[in-house]
Amino acid sequence: MSERRIVSVIPCSGIGKAFGTVSREAAYELCENLRPADTTLVALSKLVVGDQDAQSRVRTNPAVTIDGCKLMCASKLVKHSGATVAREVSVLDVFRRHKDLKPEGIAELNEPGKELARAIAAEISGGLDEILAETTGGQHA
Amino acid sequence: MPDLPERKVGIIACSGEELAVGTVTRLAALKVLHEVRAGKTVTICLPLFLAGGEGDRAFARFHPTITVDGCELRCAARGTEMYSGKPTASVVVSELAAQNSVEHIDGRRRLNEAGQKAVELTTERLMNLVDQILATKQTAKPLISITPAPVKGAR
Repeated sequence: MSERRIVSVIPCSGIGKAFGTVSREAAYELCENLRPADTTLVALSKLVVGDQDAQSRVRTNPAVTIDGCKLMCASKLVKHSGATVAREVSVLDVFRRHKDLKPEGIAELNEPGKELARAIAAEISGGLDEILAETTGGQHA
Repeated sequence: MPDLPERKVGIIACSGEELAVGTVTRLAALKVLHEVRAGKTVTICLPLFLAGGEGDRAFARFHPTITVDGCELRCAARGTEMYSGKPTASVVVSELAAQNSVEHIDGRRRLNEAGQKAVELTTERLMNLVDQILATKQTAKPLISITPAPVKGAR
């Protein structure tokens, strides 16, 4: 019997722009509300300074990164730590498809920003079973 | 006299997503930046800094920095030291809260009352540290290397 797998979710939480806050909010929405049983939230800073628990969680589970800007820091840092990024999400890409949801406010997101975060979380949630199936299949290959 | 760049203090918050004290670091750093010490501080984006943002790393090498960590892992302080230099000062929210008998900080997405109190305490501590740092005489060494051009990624 195969071990039940979960997905590690790593947002960038960039502090300079509202898009960084959207990445954080989307991760919370996914991990706390939409798919709590299938996901685990991993703090990016812990991962980078070599925290063993964080590194173990991203190396043994497929990772989904959520980045607030084109520099894609979360994705880069997760790859650098030796993990497999199953899906990298760019907040800006999703925003281009939801131009009416312009996020504002870094400390406290406005309502369109929260809605954008919910849209991102829903998109990731929709593809999560596929990621889990693919990676579980990979284990047996 | 040559024009010297204005001296500012860089605030580097861990923004740890897993714990409520990580959210405290983020909110306190933003409060210092936008409200109580606006114009005297910049925030440095920790992920960009760690991912190799040269502008941010250069800023932290030549300007005073304060790191704000949520827990004893001290990721922001350790990351700063690894990639730039020892921070001028550092704050750990869990220690500060314990010293002030603030208990049961919770709500990483929406802070509870204790979390809000911790934001106030951390903001006050940061504010005092910024004032102390800016009041100290600037040494010649950092001034030589400060680039007055805008620092990419530092806000």
